[in-house]
Amino acid sequence: MKLAAKLEDLTKHYVLKSETVRALRGVSFDIPEGDYVAIMGPSGSGKSTLLNLLGCLDRPTSGAMYLGDANVATMNDNQLSYTRATRIGFVFQSYNLIQQLTVVENIEVPLYYQGRLNKRDRARCLELAEMVGLQDRLSHRPAQLSGGQQQRVAIARSLVNDPYFILADEPTGNLDTATADEILRLFENLNQLGKTIIMVTHEDEVSRHAKRIIRLRDGLIQTDERKENRTVLN
Amino acid sequence: MLWFRTWRLGIKSLLLHPMRTALTVLGIFIGVAGVISLLAIGEGISQEAQRQIEGLGADNIMVRSVKPLNLPEAAASSFILPYGLLREDYALLVETIPTIKSALPIREMRRMVRYADHTIEGRVVGCTPEYADVTRLYIERGHFISDADVKMSQNHCVLAAQVVERLFPYEDPLGRRVFLQEHKDYYTVVGICRDRPPTAAIGGSLDAQDFSNDVYIPISTMRKRIGDTVVMSSGGSREGETVELNQITLRIDSIDNVQKTAELVEQMLEKNHGKLKDTAVIVPLELLEQARRTKVMFMVIMGLIASVTLVVGGIGIMNIMLATVTERTREIGVRRALGARRSDIVRQFLVETIAMSVLGGLVGVGFGLLCPLAVDTARAIVKSVAPDLIAGLPEIMRDVTPIIVPLSIPFAFCISVLIGVMFGLYPAYRAAQMDPIEALRHE
Ligand SMILES: Nc1ncnc2c1ncn2[C@@H]1O[C@H](COP(=O)(O)OP(=O)(O)O)[C@@H](O)[C@H]1O
Ligand SMILES: [Mg+2]
Repeated sequence: MKLAAKLEDLTKHYVLKSETVRALRGVSFDIPEGDYVAIMGPSGSGKSTLLNLLGCLDRPTSGAMYLGDANVATMNDNQLSYTRATRIGFVFQSYNLIQQLTVVENIEVPLYYQGRLNKRDRARCLELAEMVGLQDRLSHRPAQLSGGQQQRVAIARSLVNDPYFILADEPTGNLDTATADEILRLFENLNQLGKTIIMVTHEDEVSRHAKRIIRLRDGLIQTDERKENRTVLN
Repeated sequence: MLWFRTWRLGIKSLLLHPMRTALTVLGIFIGVAGVISLLAIGEGISQEAQRQIEGLGADNIMVRSVKPLNLPEAAASSFILPYGLLREDYALLVETIPTIKSALPIREMRRMVRYADHTIEGRVVGCTPEYADVTRLYIERGHFISDADVKMSQNHCVLAAQVVERLFPYEDPLGRRVFLQEHKDYYTVVGICRDRPPTAAIGGSLDAQDFSNDVYIPISTMRKRIGDTVVMSSGGSREGETVELNQITLRIDSIDNVQKTAELVEQMLEKNHGKLKDTAVIVPLELLEQARRTKVMFMVIMGLIASVTLVVGGIGIMNIMLATVTERTREIGVRRALGARRSDIVRQFLVETIAMSVLGGLVGVGFGLLCPLAVDTARAIVKSVAPDLIAGLPEIMRDVTPIIVPLSIPFAFCISVLIGVMFGLYPAYRAAQMDPIEALRHE
């Protein structure tokens, strides 16, 4: 099976004045294409650190992480940026849309940083907006949208560059239960369409929907299990 | 396409805070408008000064009689004061200095001039035929004083245009005789001058000249029939002076010799007039060069003032951009996460500062171009509100018409853009150096 990402003995140390914090102490796992992974663990266990590495926002202290054939650990800053623009889709807890831009323009941002924006791309942005149900809100500003709608825009944005995987950091953390369910249903649909999803959450309610749960503890993988009887939203 | 988006985004970001943007732009705007209008005013003043000096002729030297300040004992006690250039000086200069091409003696005095029942206080100028040529006087009708007039000391005169208007409202003055009241003497009008604008005072020794009341007569006639001594009675006391010549205008054979000749003339006059200091040598060429130097200095000072304004404007931009960068830390984090390189972030913020300074520059250029109009309006307002204030100004400032220096427009504009880039670089660099992870965490 083709892999969306491959992590080999990843470590991340933060060197402070008085001590060295070993946030990740050797993490290895594969993420096959089409997987739906929830990363869980208590506070301070290294979830955010792992997510930053997966998102190519940071380089590991040691180990390797492959996206396709490319080892992220050896990339320079511009290569990391390019990898983020072309290979990764981000969904944040607080949506993180750009206030000055309209819905479509927000969806276009990753393409803009890839240096391309032709007619086909624009058409694709419109398709994505329609897919997340915002075809009537194309020229609205984020401030004019509800939280759920903003998160839908963010999801459309995360799909626009056709990424290896979508990284979602507590994507439902700011939403009420009903809206959270809608967003999770959207993820479910995307996963069924073959999209790979990696999600950090501390809620069992949310992780229930994933196919696989990786639990971290003190910078190490405690458990990595595939679920037989997961809750599927339709 | 993408650069268009970058600019559109920059402008959108600026429009998110229109008031803040406007205030930030103000500094640059004032700087640019300042550069353009200060240079325009400077240019106006210096062109006017140059025009006036050139009017005197760059190949001329003027030697003037000056009423001495430190009177000798003997002169102070008598009521008639003899001073100034002598015919002897004239002869000496002309005979001994070979670089003098021609020399023009002039004697002026105020006299009452009458025709029929019209009287004016005229300036009677005794001169030779060369006067018209050297002082750029043009004859409307008739002819100027001729050699024959001088040789035969004819009672002939040539009138300034305004004199004609006032003495001869209805008649043709040519061939008529005007009356010099103090001397009970008649002069036949042989020519009429074309209208001639007054000149401003230049330096300390050449007063402003108003030619409107001039009556020109042969210098020989003046000597014979009027003499050198003029007595003025003012309120009971009588005062007088004896002056042989008021001015000698020397025309030099080449501009290169002007300086040397002037020095020579000064040395020669020193002998006769050393103690009294009753003569002055005016070299228009020197004034012209001085005016050019003054202009350069003026431009430099204006440039400095304007650059200070521009730098202050730039600091204003930097200040706001630093605040903006901090305020938009989260946005920067998001953009980095979505694939923006450091250089993309730098470009984004630079575009904003450039947009602001270009806007400031454009508005500044617009207002700078309005400067001549603004000066006129301001002058009109001040004139009607506080006429004394205007009257107190030096003439050259009272009448100045700013002349836009064409080069100052691209110059000021480029400077403003440069300022934008310079002062925008640091905030943009700060934005680009942010750690995307921390920027994303920023509240
Ligand atoms: N930038 C940093 N500098 C120093 N220590 C850090 C930094 N980021 C995280 N850590 C430390 O690394 C450990 C793991 O943190 P984190 O990955 O944020 O865990 P989690 O997201 O699971 O709560 C914690 O002990 C945290 O204090
Ligand atoms: Mg965390």
